[in-house]
Amino acid sequence: MRNNNVFSRLARGQLLSLTQEKIVFLLAVLLFAVFSFSLTGFASVDNLLGLLYNVSVLGVLGLAMALVVIGRGIDLSLIATMAISVAWSLTLIRDGVSIEAALLYGMLMALGIGIINGWLIAYAEIPALFCTLAMGTLVYGFGRIALIPVDVVYMPADPGWFGALGQGELFGIPAPVIVFVLLSVVATLVLRYTRFGRYTYYMGDNYQAARITGVPTRPMLVMQYGVTALIGFAAGLVTAASVDSMNTRIVNSTMIYDVILVVVLGGIGLSGGKGGVRNVIVGTLLIGILLNGMTIMNIEYTVQNFIKGAILLAALIFDSLINPRDEQTAQQGDI
Amino acid sequence: MSVQETLTRWRNKYIPDHVVGEILSKNWIDNTVPFLALLATILVFGQVIPDFFSLSSMSDTTRQLGEFLFIVMAMMIVMVGGGIDLSVGSNYALGNFVALYLMNLAGLPVGVAVPLVILACAAVGLLNGILIGYLRLRAFITTLVTLILVRALVDMLLLRYAVDISMAMPESALWEYIGIGSPLGIPFSFLLALVLVGVVHLFLSRTRPGWHIMAIGGSRKSAYNVGIPVRRMVCISYVISGALCGVAGALFAARLNSAGSDTGIGLEIMALTAAVVGGNSLGGGRGSAAKGLMGAVIVLLITNGLVRLGFQSGAAPLALGIILLAAIAIDVRWLKNRYKLLAKVYVSPAYLALPPCPDTDPGSASPYAQNDKLRNVELIGLGEVEGPEDVIFDADGHLYTGTRFGDIVRFRAPHYDQPELFAHTGGHPLGLAFDRDGNLLVCVAGMGLYRITPAGDIQKMTDETNRTPWSIIDDSRLKLADDLDVAPDGRVFFSEATIRYGMSNWAYDALESRGNGRIICYDPATGRTRTVLRNLIFPNGICMAHDGQSFFFAETWACRISRYWFDGPRAGTVETVIDDLPGYPDNINRASDGSYWLALVGMRTPSMDLALKMPGFRRRMARRISPQELIFPNINTGCVIKFDEHGTVRDTLWDLGGENHPMITSMREHKGYLYLGGLLNNRIGKYRLDDADPEWTGMTSYWGGVK
Repeated sequence: MRNNNVFSRLARGQLLSLTQEKIVFLLAVLLFAVFSFSLTGFASVDNLLGLLYNVSVLGVLGLAMALVVIGRGIDLSLIATMAISVAWSLTLIRDGVSIEAALLYGMLMALGIGIINGWLIAYAEIPALFCTLAMGTLVYGFGRIALIPVDVVYMPADPGWFGALGQGELFGIPAPVIVFVLLSVVATLVLRYTRFGRYTYYMGDNYQAARITGVPTRPMLVMQYGVTALIGFAAGLVTAASVDSMNTRIVNSTMIYDVILVVVLGGIGLSGGKGGVRNVIVGTLLIGILLNGMTIMNIEYTVQNFIKGAILLAALIFDSLINPRDEQTAQQGDI
Repeated sequence: MSVQETLTRWRNKYIPDHVVGEILSKNWIDNTVPFLALLATILVFGQVIPDFFSLSSMSDTTRQLGEFLFIVMAMMIVMVGGGIDLSVGSNYALGNFVALYLMNLAGLPVGVAVPLVILACAAVGLLNGILIGYLRLRAFITTLVTLILVRALVDMLLLRYAVDISMAMPESALWEYIGIGSPLGIPFSFLLALVLVGVVHLFLSRTRPGWHIMAIGGSRKSAYNVGIPVRRMVCISYVISGALCGVAGALFAARLNSAGSDTGIGLEIMALTAAVVGGNSLGGGRGSAAKGLMGAVIVLLITNGLVRLGFQSGAAPLALGIILLAAIAIDVRWLKNRYKLLAKVYVSPAYLALPPCPDTDPGSASPYAQNDKLRNVELIGLGEVEGPEDVIFDADGHLYTGTRFGDIVRFRAPHYDQPELFAHTGGHPLGLAFDRDGNLLVCVAGMGLYRITPAGDIQKMTDETNRTPWSIIDDSRLKLADDLDVAPDGRVFFSEATIRYGMSNWAYDALESRGNGRIICYDPATGRTRTVLRNLIFPNGICMAHDGQSFFFAETWACRISRYWFDGPRAGTVETVIDDLPGYPDNINRASDGSYWLALVGMRTPSMDLALKMPGFRRRMARRISPQELIFPNINTGCVIKFDEHGTVRDTLWDLGGENHPMITSMREHKGYLYLGGLLNNRIGKYRLDDADPEWTGMTSYWGGVK
């Protein structure tokens, strides 16, 4: 009989075994406490709601990224897809197309990009990193040449329900936060209880084994990247509605690294098959607290970038230390 | 001979389609696609853009190309080692800033400033190297982070110093020359970059560290297992990459003296595209400086060309994205399918019409009539030797044979009951011979010609010969040395069965039946190896004639015995002795009555004879069905025949049921007995010869009084 009381677990080291998720969560709590004491105005309800409001788009993008990362992929074209598809929708609205139709076109475009990504990765067997890296450049270039005449596309004067997506409130909670929470719930259910979700984990854990046991890995890849692009489009809608415009220059910013930061920091290993929605939430909270604190402290944007980069690097080193790769088991060409 | 058969013969004689497979098997074939892409790019933009090739336009392009080449080489070296460096663009910007700071603000001389710049950028490379090499982080994501970190660092520094930098101008003629000088009309930075390409080429193809990096990229696990310091070498590749970025940054600073914040943004994607378009594989192991050079020129011409054609700002990223995707897709497909394609086209059967097969029916008047003389041979070493291709006796009468495990095994006279390990060669020992001094000479498949002293020491005699002029396959290396014999003056003549296949797939050569083999001479006196006869159809056994001026050799798939004079009045001539054997000849050895023993490893069949006249049939077969199902010469039943130098067959020994010696590749007469070896047998046979000289031994026949 295994003795499962607290002391024996302590003796076996289980209670003390810290997963990255726990560490990051503790770190977030610690940071929260430190900021609450040291920064005036940090702990106010308004600031905290603002904090959540600010990071909820990042969180939604984190969910999108988490889906492909769990399946041992990555989507570096996520920001480009989001910015160009939404900016195109806004351009169409300004050209007189109805809001619903314009958003449908934008959504189809995002879905199309995702499907092409998935197809190239699954069927042309291009490594996901390079495929989506190239796709990001391609989508941005194509959008700027053919679809969107200006850098920044503004929302129409009367956006209706679309505007509420960014600026509405429900029981005092901003709409973006509600979108993030709703999508988190849906993502949790899908990842845990649907065939699509379970297959994603199998593929991330061992792609070859999943394929041999009959998982339709290629159509699954196409679906994963399609869904990711769709979530990205949703995140773009929220962004546009919140700030009244879509700035296509964010494609060239470091935003995609923030999204990866959320995912990796939360503890979803880049080698796939691990983690879930909870990790995204924890990662998002930590980044949110950090960014908010740094903004209150009035740290320059470039320095903020540096600090974020350093934290991401620390997270990667930590990830590599607790999930070490060695010469005998590392896969060739797995860069 | 029918018209169609004549046509087939002519077609196979004059259309060298085996060359296709040989060209495909060369390493440089990888470069053809990028090279064609380069030509196409130059042609298209040369046509579309007026004065594309004008001097001023070229000068500007080549100056940019100089800096860009450094970045591409930085990317390429890391990629060859199985990594990737996305921080090159930021590192380049850092190099630019440090150079400007040191020159404009600190006022250091060029000789001090440039090394410091390189050092600063190499430090970034070292950071990457430690993280990726020693801590085993993922290269892509790690260098992505250092990209952000270094970029943020440069931005912070620029905020502080940009104005001061643009106010000052360095007073250095050398610095100016680096920026805008043109020795011989060629921009300095381009000249430097060309030198770099040469150095990188030598580094990767001729030096130990370069080989180690290539090996790690080819197979990290194997590189680790053979003892290459994988972590250190990976780290070094990133340091080199960083240092090259530093040089590029310094060149850029000298050229433009600009502290703009957009320096090097997106450069990593350009460099990556260039490297991949040139044919350097993602994941490593395949890459070269030439590939990087081609890719760099293609990418720079396209991006510059699009700008000059007046496209909008999105055009360059769009084009880069499409090119990168297409190049990676082609690269992945090519790597995956190259060997499949090669396997389909490499086997190239030839037309071969054999003379009618002589009768072998028992009771017929044919000299080859079947009998059961070998049915009751004594067995030596049953189950203890595997694959004794050849057997031989030394002066003391001990029996030696090779096994497929790479050993030379000795059975001591007179009972030959206990095998003992004499030497271990490491390859598959085939033909054996003793020289005048009692050294055992052995042809080792896959290795070459080796000498084993009576004490068991192994010495290499030769493993390469002169390369055939204009040959596509590098045939200087010996792939399948088969049998040998020693001339009275000590020269060793040995056969190489085929230059197109090795020990593991020689059966394909039977399907080809092309003249792929040769006979080579090694002269111990001079140490020189020279090819004597070329284009033989699987030359196999070699045996010195009793006259000491010529040897007999067997061509297995041609079912033919020929004689070649290397000395005397007929030196250099070849004469066919028997051209219509009923089976496939293997080794030849001397008999005590002045004639020669010949082993037939297998017998001809009508179907195989017919297939040899139908190269198209065999080609389709090689392409469409698995190797196990291919038509193959029968080697289940064989025999030993005795022939004299006029080609008359004097005796034939069979084991018809195939119970003791189904496959015979060699036989050796010794003191009234004949000893039989077989490539796929697990025993040596001992057959009593009633009418032979009971005192005759091979050693005395060859070397006379040696005892």
